[in-house]
Amino acid sequence: MITLKINGLDVTVEKGSTVLEAANFIGFPIPTLCHMDGLTPYGACRLCVVEIGEGPGAKLVSSCTYPAEEGLVVRTASSRVLEARRMVLELLLASCPQSKTIQDLASAHGIRRQRFRQEYEDCILCGLCVRMCAEQMMAGAIGFRNRGENRSIGTPFDIKSEECRLCGGCMYVCPACQLRCTYTEPEKAVCGGCANLTPPCVEKEQFKDMMCYMNPCVACEIKKD
Amino acid sequence: MGQGNIAAHEENVDVEEIEPGDILKILKAHQGDVGGLISILQEIQSTYGYLPAEALRIVGRQTGRSMVDIYGVATFYRSFSLKPRGRHLICACLGTACHVRGAPRVVDELEQQLGIKAGQTTEDKEFTLETLNCLGACALGPVVVIDGHYFSKVTRARIRPLLDKALEGFDTTELGKDSRIFPIEVSCPHCGHSLMDDGSTIDGHPSIKVTISMDHRDGWLRLSSLYGSYNFSSEFEVPHNTVVRFLCPSCREELPSTSDCSTCGAPMVPMLVNGGGIVKVCSRRGCRNHMLDLI
Ligand code: FES
Ligand code: FES
Repeated sequence: MITLKINGLDVTVEKGSTVLEAANFIGFPIPTLCHMDGLTPYGACRLCVVEIGEGPGAKLVSSCTYPAEEGLVVRTASSRVLEARRMVLELLLASCPQSKTIQDLASAHGIRRQRFRQEYEDCILCGLCVRMCAEQMMAGAIGFRNRGENRSIGTPFDIKSEECRLCGGCMYVCPACQLRCTYTEPEKAVCGGCANLTPPCVEKEQFKDMMCYMNPCVACEIKKD
Repeated sequence: MGQGNIAAHEENVDVEEIEPGDILKILKAHQGDVGGLISILQEIQSTYGYLPAEALRIVGRQTGRSMVDIYGVATFYRSFSLKPRGRHLICACLGTACHVRGAPRVVDELEQQLGIKAGQTTEDKEFTLETLNCLGACALGPVVVIDGHYFSKVTRARIRPLLDKALEGFDTTELGKDSRIFPIEVSCPHCGHSLMDDGSTIDGHPSIKVTISMDHRDGWLRLSSLYGSYNFSSEFEVPHNTVVRFLCPSCREELPSTSDCSTCGAPMVPMLVNGGGIVKVCSRRGCRNHMLDLI
């Protein structure tokens, strides 16, 4: 067992827990986006930042990936943490404003404006779907491709993956995909077509080349006819 | 994930036939080394000049890795290409230093001369143009690398001559009055047969004729017998950077390699020098390493 101090309170957790788990255990909420129980922590969104250490040595770390250490001093809501979190949310808003999840988080953190160049990405590369597909669905149909600016998630060669069973798990965990298919007007479109198919991709025979929200999108294909 | 990239990918689906046996051979050499994916891909790339989709599938099946992992690695590194590349690879540096020294203009010129955009291959499959970010030779910028040869302080005016030279091949040597260049006569270390071919000359001297074998193809290769000259001609085009096997045309035995090239690690091919001694040349196309031991 390991004892650490979170916001001044001692909390004892099992060895191998993360700071996020410890904080949740004692009841300090930390917002997360790319974290999900049952999937390996990935530390992509940085929304779960907390401050560790004291004095000038204090630093910001992502709590979902930081292991709880004996005697660690953690602050989950210091002004430095809140500021960093707001910045993260503002940047997320700048890239993917259509996401209901991000909008809700932003509003909960009192963000009223967005100072960066507006983009309309349909993916924030949080990797939830990739981990869902590989770790829970045991498929490994989608993954990261390319690098840097061109990094994207999808299937190898952008063709329907043999491993994909159309389980829809990727869609289910995606924080951005409510509006994945937006056609040409990302500002206005509220499609959500794919999310409204229950179960996703019902007519599997008819749409056998489709893969949930990956290209080509079932909902878009349905809307076409 | 733009909606448009499906069509773009269809044309990438390779039609080229690959030999599963070759891939299996490469895999076998890497059996048991856990992190070997990159070296496997490197070898496939040097065999085919790119990574054919089918080859990646075989690698996946054999190593038990998922296709996404392999595809992820293959697209992460710039040196891997999923599309066939042209015979000559041009890499123009667009790193910060080269950028301020005028690299964008050099790239513009290259694009114009070749009629392609960066990342594409000319229709005649001669040139592939790629850009990269810093080669670590910033003081020499703008840097352009063509077929492994580095060119510094490149200006627009130098592009055309460089392209012409690339078509000719950088491997040809201009023979001046270089005293380090002198003719030798060699024979096969196995059967002792002379390898000299009086019937066809290179650099005005009888050439050295050997058989080379690559990808189940055999053909002749004639080397200049002038020690220090890299001029040669061959029956078929050997892609840059590939290692070929050298055989004696008389006894058909492979010229037995006893050492590896100190520059690139490929086997060094020995030939007996008439009058005593041994000359060794690197078996990798483009590597100029060679050694002469006279007794
Ligand atoms: S939840 Fe920790 S980095 Fe995303
Ligand atoms: S920027 Fe071109 S070599 Fe460094």
